[in-house]
Amino acid sequence: MLIRKPDDIKSSDITPESTYINRRKFIGRGVAFGAIAVAGSAAPWAVRAATGRRDEDVQDEPLTSYEHVTTYNNFYEFGTGKEDPSRNAHTLRPRPWTVTVEGEIDKPGQYDLDDLLRGITIEDRVYRLRCVEAWSMVIPWRGFPLSKLISRFEPTSKAKYVEFHTLYDVEQMPGQRGRVLPWPYVEGLRMDEAMHPLAIFATGLYGEDLPNQNGAPFRLVVPWKYGFKSIKSIVRIRFRATQPQNTWAIVAPNEYGFYANVNPEVDHPRWSQKRERRLPGLFKRRKTQLFNGYADQVGHLYAGMDLRRNF
Amino acid sequence: MSLSKWVRRIGKPVIFAACLVPVSLIVADIFQGRLGANPIEEITHRTGDWTLIFLLVTLGVSPLRRLTGWGVVVQFRRMLGLFAFSYGLVHFSIYVVFDHFFDLAAILEDIVKRPYVTVGFTSLMLLVPLAITSTKGWVKRLGGRRWNRLHQLVYVSAAGGVLHYLWLVKADTRRPIVFGLVLVALLATRLWRPGKRGRRAEAVVRDAKASLG
Ligand code: HEM
Repeated sequence: MLIRKPDDIKSSDITPESTYINRRKFIGRGVAFGAIAVAGSAAPWAVRAATGRRDEDVQDEPLTSYEHVTTYNNFYEFGTGKEDPSRNAHTLRPRPWTVTVEGEIDKPGQYDLDDLLRGITIEDRVYRLRCVEAWSMVIPWRGFPLSKLISRFEPTSKAKYVEFHTLYDVEQMPGQRGRVLPWPYVEGLRMDEAMHPLAIFATGLYGEDLPNQNGAPFRLVVPWKYGFKSIKSIVRIRFRATQPQNTWAIVAPNEYGFYANVNPEVDHPRWSQKRERRLPGLFKRRKTQLFNGYADQVGHLYAGMDLRRNF
Repeated sequence: MSLSKWVRRIGKPVIFAACLVPVSLIVADIFQGRLGANPIEEITHRTGDWTLIFLLVTLGVSPLRRLTGWGVVVQFRRMLGLFAFSYGLVHFSIYVVFDHFFDLAAILEDIVKRPYVTVGFTSLMLLVPLAITSTKGWVKRLGGRRWNRLHQLVYVSAAGGVLHYLWLVKADTRRPIVFGLVLVALLATRLWRPGKRGRRAEAVVRDAKASLG
């Protein structure tokens, strides 16, 4: 078998930006889907079945059941067991929800989430979720591209990165009593990653509002990166000139990096990333794909980068 | 009923049944679909936990006897040790079948490359000679003292199990640390041993014989 090093991948497999997505089609469909989703919020899955999935959706992979999506979570703010969040997250109050936006932007301030969402079209997106622990799911999210919100804040030319914080409130998040991780949980993206149309803020899944254990009231979903990048229950968005320090990279810098792009050729120091277990499957047989199968869309973001070094 | 009869007729069957409870619960949960979204991970974790728990319980037998003076508990030690080994075998088999589907190259790579697997595998391999020599015949062949020396490897195995656990968790080290503290406490009771060397050697031989019921 020919094992390809990331060096081989970096330029040859990268699709030029102009061809990775048909923007006009993308936006047009997004609006249409939003309209359908609003109209059909009572039975959105019937709507989806009738309309079919969009181009950038996972086409032929069955959805992970609602039950499994909502009872198997890594959300240490509610405990480190996979079922802890679904048991403990009832203490979270997702409304009213204030988001602080700050840093290198023209419009800093504290915003009520509902004000921020006003006028934003909510779309359905079916994405693979690949956890760094070598399991994966297929989840029907509802949400909207980060770019829609970010452009409203009018970032300055100095804004090269965006940093996100999860709520830090021991009353609402009992797992924060223990010092398992340094709180609050912090994640970040490079600006061009954040502006990529596949990167979304999710506000729901399976056609309903996000359950608390999945990161209510709104969270990031960056489908080509390991799950820990998709930070939940966001209260702070900070635009920065320098690369943020994300929580797992602080806790174990040799195991988790800033980029955390899904990559079968770059192992976690303690386990292989070549294969994954598609839940609730038993065998770890599914081959992990570069950028979680979204290489055509996002590969150009990393052209020329050493993916082994920037893990 | 004499004590030895009681041990044979009641004590051992009861302990034996009790040792089967964890695996029975796993099987019941499989059939009722109660293992959640990632059943294999759940089974790996539960069997790993029970391997370590049985190892520690086995190690707790002689301190318990010394603390309470109940000589009879030693007669259950072999069974407990063999259950530790059996749970370890199931734990390992799950990994071989479901994580790697008998891909020997991948398994070997894991054993060589991933410290937590290296240590876990070593711990399990250390238990093999102990399981083999757990019979009456082997105690005779080796002689009580040598047999006992060999079987102190179980401490190394348990320490490896704790290290294995410590090295595989992502951030929450609380449980492996608890297991580690229990192990240290058990070791401490062993080091602290009033009495003369001669008496100790005698006790060792007596222990070895008694544990075979
Ligand atoms: C005496 C030997 C062993 C003991 C005492 C032991 C114990 C444990 C324990 C306590 C856990 C964690 C359970 C939990 O999270 O609740 C665990 C997990 C695990 N063990 Fe072992 N183990 C042993 C041998 C092995 C061997 C030989 C292998 C494979 C070669 C292995 C592979 C694993 C794996 C894959 C996990 C799960 C890792 C994860 O979820 O990230 N173990 N083991």
